[in-house]
Amino acid sequence: MEVTLVFLGRLEDAAGGAQRIIAVEPPSCIANIAQSLEPDLCAALLKEDVRFALNGALVQRHCSVSDGDEVAFLPPVSGG
Amino acid sequence: MPGEIALVVGAFDPAARLAGFAAEHRDAGAVASFLGQVRCGDDVGCGDDVDDGQALELLHYEPLTLPSMIALGEEAQKRWKLSGLLILHRIGIMCAGEPIVLVACAARHRRPALTAVDFLMDHLKSRVWFWKREKTATGWQWIEPREQDRTDLARWAPAAHS
Repeated sequence: MEVTLVFLGRLEDAAGGAQRIIAVEPPSCIANIAQSLEPDLCAALLKEDVRFALNGALVQRHCSVSDGDEVAFLPPVSGG
Repeated sequence: MPGEIALVVGAFDPAARLAGFAAEHRDAGAVASFLGQVRCGDDVGCGDDVDDGQALELLHYEPLTLPSMIALGEEAQKRWKLSGLLILHRIGIMCAGEPIVLVACAARHRRPALTAVDFLMDHLKSRVWFWKREKTATGWQWIEPREQDRTDLARWAPAAHS
């Protein structure tokens, strides 16, 4: 199945781009998807302060992902 | 919708928007507002041209950012009796001196209007999905949250139950 990954804020630099479309084996959760990426990027995506959104709704890292889903990785907001 | 809440692409005229807001709420005896503008100096330099090497970029995530601003507006309406509310927040690339955010609240008397503006700004800074990066002489740098933002937010925490 195909999943769109969106990298916000500093994670865009870690991923080398704002968005990536990848093929993943079902069943997969957000943590599995992160673990299938480059080790440095995986570490950045699964840092404690990163939140996750699935199709625009905030979810936990063990939320399962389906074909065509969009997963966004959200680092802390920048503040003032 | 608890009032006018929008993401703005490109410059806007805060004085004109505020005058329009006040005119729409003639029943309100108080209109309080806050204008945030791109700081000249530690965020970005004073050049007014992005190609000069100094600029600020505000990024958002479409499915979350505006909904989180609307939820914030609804919370302010619940906490204070407001007759009107305006939140305009820029996205994209901007230069020193340009407005980033305009918040205005209208109420019958001044205290709720002033307090609601303060509440909205503290939450816009630390609860709404915006990421900032600045372009300096050495390239683009992401701006990380400050401890002060967390302290500011803590002022609004509900009182702990004993």
